[in-house]
Amino acid sequence: MSNGLERVEGVMALFDRCDINTDAIIPSTWLRTASADLGKGLFGGERYDGQGREIDSFVLNQPAFRQSRLILADDNFGCGSSREAAVWALVQFGIGCVLAPSFADIFYENAFRNNLVVGIIDVETYQDIKSLLVDHPDGLSFNVDLHTLTVSLSDPHNPNHNRSWSFRMPASRVQAMIRGDDEISTTLQHQEDIADFYQMKSSENPWLFPQDLIGQKR
Amino acid sequence: MVKEGVLTLFDKIWNAHLVRHLDDGRDLVFVDRHVLQETTCAQAFVNLRKAGRSVRYPDLTIATQDHIVSTRPGRTEDSNPAGRELMQLMRSNALAAGIRHYGIDHPSQGIVHVIAPELGLALPGSLLACGDSHTSTVGGLGCLGIGVGTSEVEHILATQTLALTKPKSMRIVYEGTLQAGLSAKDLILHTIARIGVAGGRGFAVEYAGPVIEALTVEARLTLCNMSIELGARLGFIAPDDKTIAYLENREFSPKGADFVTASAYWRSLRSDDQAIFDRQIHIDCTQISHQVSWGTTPEDVVSIDGVVPDPLQVVDPGRRERISQAIRYMAVQPGQKLSGLPIDVAFIGSCTNSRLSDLMQAASLVRGKHVAPHVRALVVPGSMSVKRQAEALGLDTIFRAAGFEWRDAGCSMCVSINEDVVPPGARCIATTNRNFENRQGPKSRTHIASPAVVAVAALAGCLPDSSMLKPNTELLS
Repeated sequence: MSNGLERVEGVMALFDRCDINTDAIIPSTWLRTASADLGKGLFGGERYDGQGREIDSFVLNQPAFRQSRLILADDNFGCGSSREAAVWALVQFGIGCVLAPSFADIFYENAFRNNLVVGIIDVETYQDIKSLLVDHPDGLSFNVDLHTLTVSLSDPHNPNHNRSWSFRMPASRVQAMIRGDDEISTTLQHQEDIADFYQMKSSENPWLFPQDLIGQKR
Repeated sequence: MVKEGVLTLFDKIWNAHLVRHLDDGRDLVFVDRHVLQETTCAQAFVNLRKAGRSVRYPDLTIATQDHIVSTRPGRTEDSNPAGRELMQLMRSNALAAGIRHYGIDHPSQGIVHVIAPELGLALPGSLLACGDSHTSTVGGLGCLGIGVGTSEVEHILATQTLALTKPKSMRIVYEGTLQAGLSAKDLILHTIARIGVAGGRGFAVEYAGPVIEALTVEARLTLCNMSIELGARLGFIAPDDKTIAYLENREFSPKGADFVTASAYWRSLRSDDQAIFDRQIHIDCTQISHQVSWGTTPEDVVSIDGVVPDPLQVVDPGRRERISQAIRYMAVQPGQKLSGLPIDVAFIGSCTNSRLSDLMQAASLVRGKHVAPHVRALVVPGSMSVKRQAEALGLDTIFRAAGFEWRDAGCSMCVSINEDVVPPGARCIATTNRNFENRQGPKSRTHIASPAVVAVAALAGCLPDSSMLKPNTELLS
């Protein structure tokens, strides 16, 4: 994480289902090489047919949503496999923010480390924004502001423009995202503590670090 | 937690790994063992090099090729050309960093969650991390196994720590008696069906109670394996004499006096009597029968004598839509009986059910019989060590004679990232852990179940009912 992030703006696509898993977000067929175009593979299982042609009815294939920057999804988004490639696929496609009533644990953590905003919303907010999206099949643009933790409509002429909804993210993680902190650098500030801890643990519990494992030539 | 000095098992292990509290409310915890697999570590090494960082304690990391490898007997890294790049990247990265590497040419190679216990790398009271969500498997030994993303893999390589929000604690207590022929797989599938794929989210889950105490160590590994299917990153069982007996004389287990000291400590690792859990669930096991999944998440599970649910009876619209989609994808009907549904493929393997006891149970059911003519059936041992032990018992002969393929160790048909793939539209019954859409290959349909159910289904050519599982369920002697 090198560049700070303050806002995300763009079209929001609706994924009106709960328990969307990371195999769905990036199918394993896209994970066989280190250099696959993950943005192209995003939701590959439902985005393409058996011959690799786009399925017109899939939301991200529709003209209004090809440039989506935000996703609204139902409960437990990102469950299943730990594959961080699910987050990379979203980001490489251009998604900067996912809003959902809840996220799976590993996906949620992976998101922070890739500047993907993962905002937790109330069920009422989910229903509210979902209704707006259903009523506007040509697409609606939203503004997500990390300073105020709010999402609002971008178009000043939309009658709902004055509305905004709040979402939740831990304050410390938001600040880290805005600053563009590198987590490993932060942890390495405690390098001495870690070395001392390892030293202490090794002398208190030598069984945990047996000679067969430590410092033997292989 | 609440009462001073009264702790859960989870608190005890967590506290023993706490380097410091962080300003942002998270904890920095020490990682005793770190295991790499080839499909989630390449980018971590790229980033380390970019930042000019090195692997801090290479002795504490080991690597095993498992996900993308060919399982064809006699395989090499060239057997699956599509996977060569990731295999060779991990091999060269491990070599450059001084990390032990268990490639497919190594006699101990296998699925990470099978070899970590087998080699004595996962020890009670320790913390083990891996870039794979099924790392909680080692919880069966009383080890905290946590699945992490690639950025966290990089973080561990650079610092030997993880920055984590401490999860809340949950205990699931299994009471009563498990009926003969049922397995840990039925227990965990039943549990997921009951509390849901998000029921354990944000929790570390301790499995306890008389039914758990009666399980073998390998069965406990199976149970803990699917904690992530409850939404929990961590799931574990207090170590006992069985755990200690299992670990004696493993390659990286402590030896001699160290083993005695360690065993005494391991015996002390249990939740205090007065410990308070954020959530506690009791499950009566007497009523549990053989389980099978009908849909596309691991909570879509019923008894093998059960029927597909009716989405019209689901109140929540998001859930109703998901269940309707699952029914369409799986080509089943609301109210349809599952038994009798024809299958095309039967797969015994994966980090959930590929250990010797799993293969023994399946072999005992297929001995002297034959797989249905239209079914492709495979057995893929979890490690090359399991494969050798099974062959010493003659299990390979039993499986081959019954029409099963007998392959080399790897994740194989669980994850469709290698050559072993279920064809589009085909229906597979598998001892794996995920029945997601496209999981076993594009448009594949997966039913997850125990090794016993999969073995009997392979013979019958369809999902069985419980009457077909009644006879001859005793293990091989």
